[in-house]
Amino acid sequence: MNEHEHSKCQSLLGSLSEYLDGTLGKELCVEIERHVAECQNCHIVVDTLRKTISLYHETAAEAGEVPGVVRERLFRTLKLDDYLRH
Amino acid sequence: MVENKPEISVEALRAGDREVFSRMVDSFSGPIYRLALKMTGIPTSAEDVLQNTFLKAFQHLKDFEGRSSLTTWLYRIASNEALMMLRKQRSEITLSDTAPEDDDNSDYSPLQFTDWCCLPETEFLSSESRVVLDRAVQHLPETQRIVFVLRDIEGLSIHETSQILNLSKAAIKTRLLRARLHLREELSTYYGERLERRR
Repeated sequence: MNEHEHSKCQSLLGSLSEYLDGTLGKELCVEIERHVAECQNCHIVVDTLRKTISLYHETAAEAGEVPGVVRERLFRTLKLDDYLRH
Repeated sequence: MVENKPEISVEALRAGDREVFSRMVDSFSGPIYRLALKMTGIPTSAEDVLQNTFLKAFQHLKDFEGRSSLTTWLYRIASNEALMMLRKQRSEITLSDTAPEDDDNSDYSPLQFTDWCCLPETEFLSSESRVVLDRAVQHLPETQRIVFVLRDIEGLSIHETSQILNLSKAAIKTRLLRARLHLREELSTYYGERLERRR
């Protein structure tokens, strides 16, 4: 039988975000961990979902600079030419 | 995430101090440009969103009452501008090219069960992988995309995201979970294939 026919997998899915963000209540965390220890597919979903989120966090931490020419055009559009420096 | 800079005085901004306004632009333009780029996927569109955001902010500074933080207020303008840009783009291209609409009744059950976490770290953030990561965000329905970008790219809280988008925290949590699960599926396809090639 496919483990993902289990109703438990589906009911715990709704709490996964909060579980991975560390904002879920202790009781539900224990329930998820107990289930994941027994259900290989859910174990994979939790691990790969955690990795997915962490990859986006990593790329976000690296980005965030506005290209010089974009900044220059922005300042000119806003008539802030006098404050264009560095 | 951008914190309110102590040197940016809201009073000075509202009084029309151009030097303080220019410092606000420099403090917030990086995150707003990143949000716009993640939302639209097109550098020229992202630049338009960036410019429109600060033009609107300048026009409406007098109405800013400080009930929300400057960060929340600017992200709200930027989010609205990005969503308007997407609607404009959508009207210019065929429907088949756009991301699907969010459907509350869709089944978001996981379909892929390959454990790709064991791949070497160099695989995860290669230049090819970064393209896949960006493209996966573009494939999200817009209503999920904006929530994911604000929460997981910009690092804002559920509370802040709900204030910015004027949605309940429950709606934000639902959209965030769906976005994350959707991205996991798409990354599972890509990294699963990478894993397969290594075997």
